Amino acid sequence: MLRRYSVHLILAVTGGAIITMAYQEYLSLYVMSVLMFIGVNIILSTSLNLVNGYMGEFSCGHAGFMCVGAYVSSLLGVWLFAKDKVFGTAVLNPDYALYAFPFILLAGGVAAALAGLLVAIPSYKTRGDYLAIITIAANFIIISTIENIGAIGGSRGFMGMKRLINSMEDIVDLPWMPIWVFIFTVLCVWVIRRYVSSTFGKGVSAISQDEVAAEIMSVNTNKIKTITFMLSSGLAGIAGGLFAYILGYVNPGSFNIMKSTEVLVMVYLGGMGSLSGSVLSAILFTLLLEAFRFIIPVINDFAHQIHIISPDYDISQVWRWVLIPLLLIILMQFRPEGIMGNRELGDIFPRLKKFYRFK
Amino acid sequence: MQTQPKTNDAPVMEIRGLTQNFGGLKAVSDFSVKLGKNELSGLIGPNGAGKTTVFNLVSGFYQPSEGEILIGGVPTAGLKPHKVTSLGVGRTFQNIRLWNDMTVLDNICVAQHSQLNYGFFHSAIRSKHYLQREKEITEKAAELLNVFDLMKYADDFPKNLPYGTQRKLEIARALSSHPKLLLLDEPAAGLNSADAHDLIRLIRWIHETFDVTIWMIEHHMDVMMQLCTQIKVIDFGETIAEGSAEHVRNHPAVMTAYLGDENI
Repeated sequence: MLRRYSVHLILAVTGGAIITMAYQEYLSLYVMSVLMFIGVNIILSTSLNLVNGYMGEFSCGHAGFMCVGAYVSSLLGVWLFAKDKVFGTAVLNPDYALYAFPFILLAGGVAAALAGLLVAIPSYKTRGDYLAIITIAANFIIISTIENIGAIGGSRGFMGMKRLINSMEDIVDLPWMPIWVFIFTVLCVWVIRRYVSSTFGKGVSAISQDEVAAEIMSVNTNKIKTITFMLSSGLAGIAGGLFAYILGYVNPGSFNIMKSTEVLVMVYLGGMGSLSGSVLSAILFTLLLEAFRFIIPVINDFAHQIHIISPDYDISQVWRWVLIPLLLIILMQFRPEGIMGNRELGDIFPRLKKFYRFK
Repeated sequence: MQTQPKTNDAPVMEIRGLTQNFGGLKAVSDFSVKLGKNELSGLIGPNGAGKTTVFNLVSGFYQPSEGEILIGGVPTAGLKPHKVTSLGVGRTFQNIRLWNDMTVLDNICVAQHSQLNYGFFHSAIRSKHYLQREKEITEKAAELLNVFDLMKYADDFPKNLPYGTQRKLEIARALSSHPKLLLLDEPAAGLNSADAHDLIRLIRWIHETFDVTIWMIEHHMDVMMQLCTQIKVIDFGETIAEGSAEHVRNHPAVMTAYLGDENI
């Protein structure tokens, strides 16, 4: 009994605690936003792991699908529920914003899943490195298309989502963004877990291990590939929607290849084909990224004190992006299988299995 | 192209005038064969004769340049391999192609993909139908493993099993969707004589136990002689002899193909 519901219980307690703390304003806005980005990153890394880990393809355009989701859900939300200079007055009464919000996010997800076809269809005939190039191309196509649509702000970006959140909070006074992030993060991991642990979803691993054998052993490889790519990009789209509403502002530049690389780092850090690894690494990576905000000034001061750099040069935050790729090099050299390899938490600590069941 | 009605008297497999060209190379030329219910038949020939090409054509991996293949009376032209498999064709490969990072039990389960009867949404919401089907699939797989005496390896990975056991597992996997036709591509390749002997017994036992037609490619002549009632010999894509094992063994064209021309 306890085993069956222990995961539900832990989730409910964690979620409840975070949301209560957010409500009581025990946590600063900064801490809250870090927590929310952890959620978004968990969705991104687990959904990319579906393609790169379980299916054994190499997608490096994940941020492109995130971008589609972010724009579609932002535009839809603002068009329906907020007064804006692009769309004019709200189409619907903002009182309904709260109930419509999950559907707006899902619509972003659906749009991103459709964009995922841009990669899924070529994947019928193309594999490996060649497909990787296609994913990069898809990323560029999406970004450049949005940059060239002047009506929604082009490369300047699009804003107005904060108004929607305000109207949600007007209806019921709760910290809605952390709640939605939490719900969608849990749902995302849950759906992926269920998919890959079903016999149907094990077709994904069959494709990664021997595609010819999979096709001849009656696995409809094209169908599985389509579903997997669409699921992966759809979830990235939901993550994008959450990302847009957390910031209250989107611009195409934040979904470039750099963002895709960031997600790749998380997947490889956690371990290919390990869902719990991806969750762990998303948490670790987000915290690490934030830690650099504090570490880099310390390094800067230290370097000034021992006079190894010129007094008029400061080590800025840009150096994060020297240190993080360096981390990737070190990781690939010394632990290419990532934190968890392709195992799950329960495989590493078999005793844990007695206490939970997560399916 | 005429389509035969799908009746019970239709042969399990029929190939008519099958020809396959790879660029200028004629890998298979005008190949015809008819396999009835419960037949155990063989296909032999020297290296590069086009035997595996025939198998790849039957399982839908290649589309034939000419001719047609009927499985239980249904033409397979234009069908993807997984569709052909769901018509009732199971096969093994010359070099073992198991899914090595999946447990033995999962290998058997996944090979039943054509009979799952549920899709992504059922798996996401874990509907009653889904749970029921998963239970049935796992039970069926476990039953098959028991019959093949492989249950003790259910949670192992195929890559950790001895070679002979991997061969056996691959045959079990091919049978997991209850095919009407089983294609065995050199099942004795790489086996020592003791294992080969076990294999002969295994194939004979499968032939008696399961309601299945077996068509096999093999290099070991003794294996073929002991098992097959009908043998076809091909060389350079052409059929050079066919008939009973004894007849084929003493056929002059077969001797020439295998041992070389005596006039050289």
